Amino acid sequence: MSVKTLTIDGKMVTGIAGETIFNVAWNSGVRIPRLCHVGGVSDVGACRLCLVEIEGQKKLMASCMTNVEEGMVVRTNTERLQSHRRLILELLFAERNHICAVCVMNGQCELQDMAEELGMDHVRMRYLFPKLEVDTSHERFGLDHNRCILCTRCVRVCDEVEGAHTWDLKGRGVNSLIIADLGEPWGQSDTCTSCGKCVQVCPTGALFSKGRTVGEMRKDRRFLKYIVTAREKHQWIR
Amino acid sequence: MATTTPSKPSKAADTARDNRAKLLERAMSRHSYSGDALIEVLHTAQELYGFLTPDLLKSIARKLRLPPSRVLGVATFYHFFSLEPKGEHSYIVCLGTACYVKGALGLLETLERRCAKAGRTSPDGKVSVNSARCIGACGLAPAVIRDGEIVGRLTPRQVTEDLDRIGVK
Amino acid sequence: MTIEELSDIQEQEQARQQKLANRIYCCTAAGCVSCGADRVRQSLHAEVKKAGLQEQVEVCGSGCMGLCSQGPLVRSAADDALYGHVSPEEAAALVSGNPVDRQLLAGKRIDTTAPFFALQHKIVLANSGVMDPEILNDYIAVGGYQALAHAVTELSPPEVIEEIKQSGLRGRGGAGYPTGLKWELVAKQSSQIKYVVCNADEGDPGAFMDRSVLEGDPHRVLEGMALAGYAVGAQQGYIYVRGEYGLAIQRLQTAIKQAERADLLGNRVLGTGFQFRVDLRIGAGAFVCGEETALIASIEGKRGQPRQRPPYPPESGLWERPTLINNVETFANIPPIIAKGGEWFASIGTAGSKGTKVFALAGKIVNTGLIEAPMGASLRTIIFDIGGGIPDGGRFKAAQTGGPSGGCIPEQFLDVPVDYESLAKIGSIMGSGGLIVMDESSDMVDVARFFMEFCMDESCGKCIPCRVGTVQMHDILARMTRGEGTPADLDMLEQLCTLLRETSLCGLGQTAPNPVLSTLRFFRHEYDAKLAASRGGAQ
Repeated sequence: MSVKTLTIDGKMVTGIAGETIFNVAWNSGVRIPRLCHVGGVSDVGACRLCLVEIEGQKKLMASCMTNVEEGMVVRTNTERLQSHRRLILELLFAERNHICAVCVMNGQCELQDMAEELGMDHVRMRYLFPKLEVDTSHERFGLDHNRCILCTRCVRVCDEVEGAHTWDLKGRGVNSLIIADLGEPWGQSDTCTSCGKCVQVCPTGALFSKGRTVGEMRKDRRFLKYIVTAREKHQWIR
Repeated sequence: MATTTPSKPSKAADTARDNRAKLLERAMSRHSYSGDALIEVLHTAQELYGFLTPDLLKSIARKLRLPPSRVLGVATFYHFFSLEPKGEHSYIVCLGTACYVKGALGLLETLERRCAKAGRTSPDGKVSVNSARCIGACGLAPAVIRDGEIVGRLTPRQVTEDLDRIGVK
Repeated sequence: MTIEELSDIQEQEQARQQKLANRIYCCTAAGCVSCGADRVRQSLHAEVKKAGLQEQVEVCGSGCMGLCSQGPLVRSAADDALYGHVSPEEAAALVSGNPVDRQLLAGKRIDTTAPFFALQHKIVLANSGVMDPEILNDYIAVGGYQALAHAVTELSPPEVIEEIKQSGLRGRGGAGYPTGLKWELVAKQSSQIKYVVCNADEGDPGAFMDRSVLEGDPHRVLEGMALAGYAVGAQQGYIYVRGEYGLAIQRLQTAIKQAERADLLGNRVLGTGFQFRVDLRIGAGAFVCGEETALIASIEGKRGQPRQRPPYPPESGLWERPTLINNVETFANIPPIIAKGGEWFASIGTAGSKGTKVFALAGKIVNTGLIEAPMGASLRTIIFDIGGGIPDGGRFKAAQTGGPSGGCIPEQFLDVPVDYESLAKIGSIMGSGGLIVMDESSDMVDVARFFMEFCMDESCGKCIPCRVGTVQMHDILARMTRGEGTPADLDMLEQLCTLLRETSLCGLGQTAPNPVLSTLRFFRHEYDAKLAASRGGAQ
């Protein structure tokens, strides 16, 4: 395994060949913002919050999809990146209904945290506010499309870790929706194993456990790391 | 785009229906039931049945060993696939730049006002309205594909008259 | 078919055609078909039969002859005359060799020495009007598959690539990446399995160049792909063609079958050890599939969503194998380059952009249709000399190139040479070749809105800036055209332009702001006027 030395925000850091800039940065204490990344499943580079500047490259690169190279000079927090990230968050807040005061995830939501962390305190564009369904047909969980940011964490965890591939996306563009099986109510899904992994990885209040009221939902994402590590290291073999 | 409208139950129709299932099966076996051929198979299914029903999608998912949600995801990603029955008549308005410059939006607006939004069928099942990116008949702009035939240099008035003729209220 | 047989067929077919008293070519491209070319062709057949001239006069189809606005077009080979707006009743006069009968058609004869024809330089479209796209022997008669024969017997794969590099050919799909370098990248990969993909998902509204090439000369594209396969070491090719292009799909299916039967494709191409198969993949209506990583996803049967590059397809493409992706026009340029040499090709065009470019002229222009001009011709030449200028005494306002990723070029740049660099400098792109002319009646803010609506509808929804940004930009532009915009809107519009350009995942989102940016740059007064009007309305 060859070691790569690079600079992130002026700090000399090392990573292993094949590791992403995102991982190396977090391991060395540089917290790059993110919404679609979740440790333990593959990355898609869709939220664009983790974009970084790499010296010598014209384009901004998604750090979760770009591997470290020897001698790379990476900047993760320039004025330009900050302003882009704030505007992306504004777009998200305007896309659906993200009124925190009436959300089960209030206080625990990653989208809310991001807004706070990046200093996005108001939205300057028109709220699209589509009227979307809330699916409470599952006996233990609920899905509120109005809170969904289409990060596809649930799709990936269901496919890659649980192996059920209950979730996928339907439609395209701003009309995309998360669907279970052929779009039937979640409770009627044939493939869902009710494992709840999707609920745990969902960054917002889109997927939640029933019976929680405003601000009561807690999610645990560490479980994913245990499962994935255990699987990789064959810790389950008798 | 051949559309087969479900006809009244008769012996001939029954055999036609059997045939459709057989033809779809053949298309899937030609691609050795590979999930990679999903789009090809959906094309064939739509050609045979006119539109894609949940049952059809479910059986395709099973045969190609794909998650149902992935099949619906693909079927709804592409505009070519239709999940609802088509109307008796179909109007596809070209919205290529050439047609736009020559007033295609006026044609679409007329159709949407009288029949249905683009991509939908009027409630009485009479007319399906669609838009296309460019049908390549820029010389005839603004152009419409009416029941499979390209009609060029149309005006909203002609469209109105046409709709009156086929009895759209 | 062996190489000797190929040459034999060529000679025999040429001799047979020369013996004919006349060969009448009827345009079979979608433009002419939609104004009645089929009926003209049937009527011609009937007249030939009636006159008992089956042995002397042959009626056949032809690819797009360019002047789509004057369809149906018919070309008579014996006197090299082109006729426009032909009606079925005129078939008898066309079939007849009698000069008196021909005189009846004098009014319909198109002057082929006019600038529309004289200023064009045809390489890609060279065969339009001289061969029937549905007959393999016709293509062989005009020298078809000779380049492939030459390559597989006399050239090594690196020599083929060298020839392409020397030609200076650049990708005709829009971005203009040097074709030879791309081929070399794929050839370098050690993988046993590689793919060649022809991107025929021509999606720009107002562009129909690739459709015309596929309809009019399908074998040329197949030959280009086979040459690419030989050069990079691939044995399988795919053509990803738009589902809307029914006729092109049909012609390609016919051509692939013909070529396979004649051993021009398949397991032993021209009797040699070289293998190359081509399969068709039909698109299903998603503009974003023109983006190469989305196209790959679509061929694999998935939602056509792009992914981050690198890795680029030459390293990891279709099923994670090295994949060469070029568009239709690029492949169509390959056979003549191999046949006549890279040096010949490089002698045409400008320093940085070699060869010719096919344009689809549309909008407010007299000669709507398909043209091919050498790189570096000015917009003025293309629009006013070849295109015949603006109809009905209208005044030129802007030319739009590059579709939803391109820009609007105002009058002051009419003399800029049309090549990759010059267009980029004035805020547009070469794009795939759609060229829409607008006159004074076009509202440029609404034009920007139109393209933004297109991008909004076609956004795949994967990345946030494109998915939501296009909606917000369209919202602002729509309010502006209605006279409800505010200066804060304009400011936000500009911020969103930068955001999309710099942060979108793929080319669709990155270039979506271009029509806005170019209209803001050259027609800002129209935006200002709308703002002033909305302020006035508020008072």
